[in-house]
Amino acid sequence: MSTAAHADSHDDHDHKPHGWRRWVYATNHKDIGTMYLVFSGCMFFVGGMFAEGIRAELFKPGMQLFDPQFFNSLTTMHGLVMIFGVIMPSFVGLANWMIPMQVGAPDMALPRLNNFSFWILPFAFTLLLSSFFVPGGAPAGGWTMYPPLTLQTGASFPMLIFSIHLMGASSILGAINVIVTIMNMRAPGMTLLKMPMFVWSWLITAYLLIAVMPVLAGAVTMQLTDHYFGTTFFTAAGGGDPVMFQHIFWFFGHPEVYIMILPAFGIVSEIIPTFSRKPLFGYEAMVYAIASIAFLSFIVWAHHMFTVGMPLAAQLFFMLSTMLIAVPTGVKIFNWAATMWHGSLSFEPPMLFALAFVFLFSIGGFSGLMLAMVPADYQYQDTYFVVAHFHYVLVTGALFGIMAAIYYWLPKWTGHMYDLKLGTWHFWLSTIFVNVLFFPQHFLGLAGMPRRIPDYAVQFTDWNMVSSIGAFGFGLSQFLFLYLIIKCVRGGVRADSRVWEGAHGLEWELTSPPPFHSWSTPPSAAVIAHGAEH
Amino acid sequence: MKFRAQLASIALAALGAAGTLTARADSGWSQLNMTQGVTDISRRIYDLHMAIFWVCVAIGVLVFGVMIWSLIKYRKSRGAVADTTLLHSTRVEVIWTVVPVLILVLMAVPAARTLVAIEDTSKTGLTIKVTGFQWGWRYDYLDDGVGFYSHLDRKSDAARELTSGIDPNTVDHYLLSVDHPLVVPVDTKVRLLITGADVIHSWWVPAFGVKKDAIPGFINEAWFKVDTDKPGLYRGQCAELCGRDHGFMPIVVDVRTKADYAAWLKQEQAAQKPATPPAAAANTAAPAT
Repeated sequence: MSTAAHADSHDDHDHKPHGWRRWVYATNHKDIGTMYLVFSGCMFFVGGMFAEGIRAELFKPGMQLFDPQFFNSLTTMHGLVMIFGVIMPSFVGLANWMIPMQVGAPDMALPRLNNFSFWILPFAFTLLLSSFFVPGGAPAGGWTMYPPLTLQTGASFPMLIFSIHLMGASSILGAINVIVTIMNMRAPGMTLLKMPMFVWSWLITAYLLIAVMPVLAGAVTMQLTDHYFGTTFFTAAGGGDPVMFQHIFWFFGHPEVYIMILPAFGIVSEIIPTFSRKPLFGYEAMVYAIASIAFLSFIVWAHHMFTVGMPLAAQLFFMLSTMLIAVPTGVKIFNWAATMWHGSLSFEPPMLFALAFVFLFSIGGFSGLMLAMVPADYQYQDTYFVVAHFHYVLVTGALFGIMAAIYYWLPKWTGHMYDLKLGTWHFWLSTIFVNVLFFPQHFLGLAGMPRRIPDYAVQFTDWNMVSSIGAFGFGLSQFLFLYLIIKCVRGGVRADSRVWEGAHGLEWELTSPPPFHSWSTPPSAAVIAHGAEH
Repeated sequence: MKFRAQLASIALAALGAAGTLTARADSGWSQLNMTQGVTDISRRIYDLHMAIFWVCVAIGVLVFGVMIWSLIKYRKSRGAVADTTLLHSTRVEVIWTVVPVLILVLMAVPAARTLVAIEDTSKTGLTIKVTGFQWGWRYDYLDDGVGFYSHLDRKSDAARELTSGIDPNTVDHYLLSVDHPLVVPVDTKVRLLITGADVIHSWWVPAFGVKKDAIPGFINEAWFKVDTDKPGLYRGQCAELCGRDHGFMPIVVDVRTKADYAAWLKQEQAAQKPATPPAAAANTAAPAT
């Protein structure tokens, strides 16, 4: 990649390996970040292919393409690949690239661990994806892996469990590296409350990861021993409790939801001030809001399972704690709006994606608030309303955040400006089609269509067709994104170090592309002060 | 430009599909909202749903309005100059923290009241045990010695096969009819004891506002009381992924007048007498929680 060629002139101690060794033995945070991003890009197209398969089958009533069991495998694998293979690794990739540059460090604190945590992933996903070819097919019990259904999985069962273990190990190692880097490698003078929002959001996310990934590992291991070693943790016939799995799973699963959105909050908090040419409004409130959201994420898990038959008091508690999350989330939205107020706004692709994030994530937040109301949740639970809700927060939330970040930092990474016009096209196509795809799913859910069904009653036909058309359009639009990135990596107009007129932060004090060992000497107090104008 | 041509063809394809859709006579487009249902609880849930919906709309109009205003007014291309002194304002921040809390408290009160009403399973008139299994439902009338299985009807079952060649639009209530519906009387508090025989299922009839998981090893309670003037057929589906045929285990409840129900019960009791005694039907019961 071009990074290396340009970096030579800045780096006198360049003993990095070349060719394949550069990647397999990689210890450089940028190379590892690139590998994370390329990996999650590949998985994005794999998971997207599953999604297009789902939408193709649901285009009209009747079974046209797949056996129902294979359809269930598609929904299960779509969820697992998109969550563990796309959103999480791309955030780790962005953390790898940006955190050392933003805190004034030469690299991540633990480079060999960094190499290990990345290289686990291709093996984990080879294991998971090859389960399509074993007897019984790929896992089909849903990405939530509820027993007893998941215990019925065929030969792919241990492959599922071990790949989850590997993904979890990779995430924990990545999180340790992020925390150690932020705590120890900040340039002298960069106090915690001078850190960029992206760094703050990742610091908190990393703690969430360390707290909950072992919980997931424990839960799936209990299923493994139920399946092979005669334990009955989740088997009622042996005195076990299938609902206990759901409690343990969602104790992981809800913080996981915030693991997938907090870094996007950080990204948007970087981009909106840049293109408003105005510092972030209420920086400290933003930090406290992220911290409160992270804390609350540990006490709301059972809102994913209101229909399992919990005591009244428990349902009331989880309803109230869930509604409380709307407060810090609202603070974030209001602060972003206030940042734009009396700003000087321009609309380059990163800003467009950040704006779409604020609007569309809010829609996901509204449906989340509706879902928190337990009696109404009885009607929404496990319908397409929920599918619409979590795709608004994960696609137009997390994924749009990642796309915004790529559009924001790509010129910094490659040293080339990309085709802004093409980026704007990609934005409008994605935004229009993603709404055609997911908005009608609210209607389907309210009208009574359950999720995870391969075929449906004929009154659901019309909106399903619209949704599928949106899905095909959204999928095709992403090839534009791929083309734009490849074109930008291969060449283009030279980007200067600031790239965006209103950009502040240490990464913009480095050349584009940055030197191989980002900050080989710590930035001076003056440079930090210049960069820390949030 | 090639890209524009591609875009145009996509748009045309979408329009064409929309055209064929509107040509169809049925009312799929108008299916936009939750049903009000036929029980007091389902109407209270609907009202709650609409209340929180309008709260969200109001907040949305306000917040999106401010943002859209900023997007129009404070454009650099219109010569807007940033006011970089606007860093924070304690007063504004307190307001936009406290006001949402108040709105949430106001919403939590009716939600909690409705929830308390839903959880009151006392004074029921009829108790039916519902057992979900892969893939269908079993209903046992615990006090009357009647029980039967309920499966997807044969017409839907034939049409839903891959390459069946049968157009689902020609099947009456495709995927939403069963061979043997649950029969209940109007104006009676019907208590359901819901459990699962193999994996977790979920019994859901939107018109009653009832969705409760059928879990092996657990007996969950739910109830509904249909309005006196609303006898009829009400349809629902399994709402928890339960394996290959999760999408093919519908629920149909045949709500009859009290006299019709009594007549049906008598007929069923006579028909089932030589068959299984009620005790045998109860053997799938799992330990209570």
